[in-house]
Amino acid sequence: MQHSCYHCGENCDNSIKIEEKLFCCEGCKQVFLLLNENDLCNYYDLEKNPGIKAKGRFADNRFAYLDNEEVILKLLRFRDQTQSHVQFHLPTMHCASCIWLLENLHRINPAIISSKTNFQRKEVFIVFDESKISLRKVVELLAFTGYEPYITLNDGEKKKEKKISRTHIFKIGIAGFCFSNIMMLSFPDYFASGNIEMDQLKHTFQYLSLALSLPVLFYSASEFFVSGFKGLRQGWLNIDAPIALAILITFGRSVYEILSATGPGYLDSMSGIVFFMLVGRWFQNRTYDAFSFDRDYKSYFPLGVSLLEDGKETNIPVSRLKKGDLIMVRNEEMIPADGILREGTASIDYSFVSGENTPLDKRKGELLYAGGRQIGTAIQVEVVTPVSQSYITQLWNNDIFHNKKNKEQSFIHPWSRYFTYALFTIAFLAAIYWWVNDPAKLWPSVTAVLIVACPCSLLLSATFTYGNMLSLFGRKKLYLKNSSVIETLGKVRTIVLDKTGTITHHHASLVYFEGETLNDQEKQLIKTVTSHSTHPLSKMIAASLDIEKTDRLAIEGYKEISGKGLEALVNDHPVRIGSYDFITEEGSLLPYFPNSLSNQGVHVKFGNQVRGRFLVSNDYRSGLGEMASALKQDGYEVHILSGDNDQELENLKNIFGQDLKVLFRQTPQDKLDYVKRLQAEGKKVMMLGDGLNDAGALRQADAGIAVTDATNLFSPASDGILDGSMVHKLDKLLAFARTSKTIVTASFILSILYNIVGLSFATRGLLQPMIAAILMPASSISIVIFVSLYAKLASRKI
Amino acid sequence: MSVLVILIFFSILVAGLFLAAFLWSVKTGQYDDDYTPSVRMLFDDQPSSENTSSTNNQNGNNAS
Repeated sequence: MQHSCYHCGENCDNSIKIEEKLFCCEGCKQVFLLLNENDLCNYYDLEKNPGIKAKGRFADNRFAYLDNEEVILKLLRFRDQTQSHVQFHLPTMHCASCIWLLENLHRINPAIISSKTNFQRKEVFIVFDESKISLRKVVELLAFTGYEPYITLNDGEKKKEKKISRTHIFKIGIAGFCFSNIMMLSFPDYFASGNIEMDQLKHTFQYLSLALSLPVLFYSASEFFVSGFKGLRQGWLNIDAPIALAILITFGRSVYEILSATGPGYLDSMSGIVFFMLVGRWFQNRTYDAFSFDRDYKSYFPLGVSLLEDGKETNIPVSRLKKGDLIMVRNEEMIPADGILREGTASIDYSFVSGENTPLDKRKGELLYAGGRQIGTAIQVEVVTPVSQSYITQLWNNDIFHNKKNKEQSFIHPWSRYFTYALFTIAFLAAIYWWVNDPAKLWPSVTAVLIVACPCSLLLSATFTYGNMLSLFGRKKLYLKNSSVIETLGKVRTIVLDKTGTITHHHASLVYFEGETLNDQEKQLIKTVTSHSTHPLSKMIAASLDIEKTDRLAIEGYKEISGKGLEALVNDHPVRIGSYDFITEEGSLLPYFPNSLSNQGVHVKFGNQVRGRFLVSNDYRSGLGEMASALKQDGYEVHILSGDNDQELENLKNIFGQDLKVLFRQTPQDKLDYVKRLQAEGKKVMMLGDGLNDAGALRQADAGIAVTDATNLFSPASDGILDGSMVHKLDKLLAFARTSKTIVTASFILSILYNIVGLSFATRGLLQPMIAAILMPASSISIVIFVSLYAKLASRKI
Repeated sequence: MSVLVILIFFSILVAGLFLAAFLWSVKTGQYDDDYTPSVRMLFDDQPSSENTSSTNNQNGNNAS
């Protein structure tokens, strides 16, 4: 029977228990105790299992670099005698309980004066008393409760805050205010006049409207004029030009009518256009806040590093590392620069670089590459190349990254250009016709033509469709960089998939035992030993042994040698579990074959007898088979590239079909070249991958999507981020992307129909400008509704 | 009828005041986060078993 941890909800056995509440690990239990002590158990009432599984107690020195005054100065926003302010990004914030707990930190430690969260940005703003609690302790508290802040070099360089979004709100607010008041002031115009006093009133109102329309024209609408003017300078009319012109003409005509007392003007229409345009753009920008895509390669490296000088350890910012420096890298820490291993046993997890989970053992004198994570005891590394020149950043600086991806002009743009020219032609022709035949009808028909045929519906259909789709995609956990990616996704026909982490679960690999089947007693022994270790392999093995651990067996002499394995005496049985090297250590030295099949796996030895080994194999995400056949049916070509060896060939073929194109042992450069080759054949390529290793290929592909199971690991080179749990829905996501073209085309056609009908009346002078002014917002609103409904219905299929 | 003019003038004035208030509130950053307040208002205050906790909370919210 599966139990779930009271704190974080993950599966656990019933070994760690407090008063009927079960916990999966010491970490979760400790957080619960902390909250319980401080009377904060409301945390568990707001959401079920809101906790985040702490990665075990972190090394005491993990955040030591935060004692460095230089680092503190970079991170603090403000400091005086009584308060210090700091702001952190917390990627693990995900629910109401998180907000509640983070805003109640002062109850755990009163030295924290207050804390305020911004859920959408996943940020917390903390005010604390530095004389009573140090910045380092604040961060340690956050990390302990499961909300470790994401501190990067960018923070250190004081990223400029984006204040642009406020201008939009100002513009919308003012436009909305003026729009509604002008509409209200237009009321008298709707009623027949005969009354002189009414007329005078009308005039007053009209002048008031005029005054109100000025801020709309000069402030709120400014971006259209600026954009249209810029387009004009480059020699073509972009989509903002007709809007700008329409606004100007409407305004001009209104001014003329009001000043010459010939009519009421169309200021309500003008301000209405501006208002709706701005709201459409704001709607789109909202979806970008969830993920910030401004990270560059520097975001991966830790901010500070332990520098060893004359036996003394100091913490310095990474940017100050130079060749020859000796640094200390602890368990779970990332190596910030290429270097040579000088002291200690290194077991490096290069999943960032090569995608492989299994750590590589390195010996003294061997070169370690930046981007790898040390698993085990602390090692000393002599820096060879500091950050900017390391292997990983070379890949980043590969010329691929400097070539801007072919920004395909949206298919709307060419249409709008012709539309604009056509519109001007029609207006011009109508002007000539009426000039000759009936000059009285000239102004009414020309302005009616320009007003009624505003291509703002075209812009709206694209803007709203994409804005809507971006947020619909976001709800399905595919976060795209911008709307042009949607169009690209609709066009790709070739898909390249990375294997590790993309189509396999990132850390929940399948474990099976090779050797004679273990009996219950042996399983108990293994489980006892492995349950003491926080190493992922140990946890996986412990979880895979399907026996109830009723009571803990007596265990003595437990030792975890990092990078090698575990040994202990359980009920007087000596047990050794670990790498091939570790198992054979006591005996004669056998030759060491790196990457050979015979050395893989976690070996088990009881006493002197090697019992067998646990092999950890890939666990593919569910639903891939259906996805693969659906993709084939829709006409997509699927390729798979993997950094591992070809063990998985059969499994992959079973899922994706016998004619699958798959290549193994691919380096990052190989993957990039592969994508390039496909593109050279004229194909539009979409790439799914994860980690730094696929970064080059992701950039190169027409649409590069980073797949992640954890929100704080993503590639800045991607055009979008896909949550691992939604990978098997790739076919449906692509189908939805394809419908974007249908939706936009359909709404486009609708708006053309409006224009044709409107124009046919306007050119004949039959269209009252009033009706034209109403038709325009009416058409825009109906298109918006149509687009939203259509997109929502289409997204239901995902 | 002239009353109407005065009335309209004043109503626009009042509306203008509201606009000013809106603009001021945007400027001081109240609209920067439009999601968290909707969650925050649903939290219950704990009964003040700890005497300073609730006042601390209030001060904290005002300070930030």
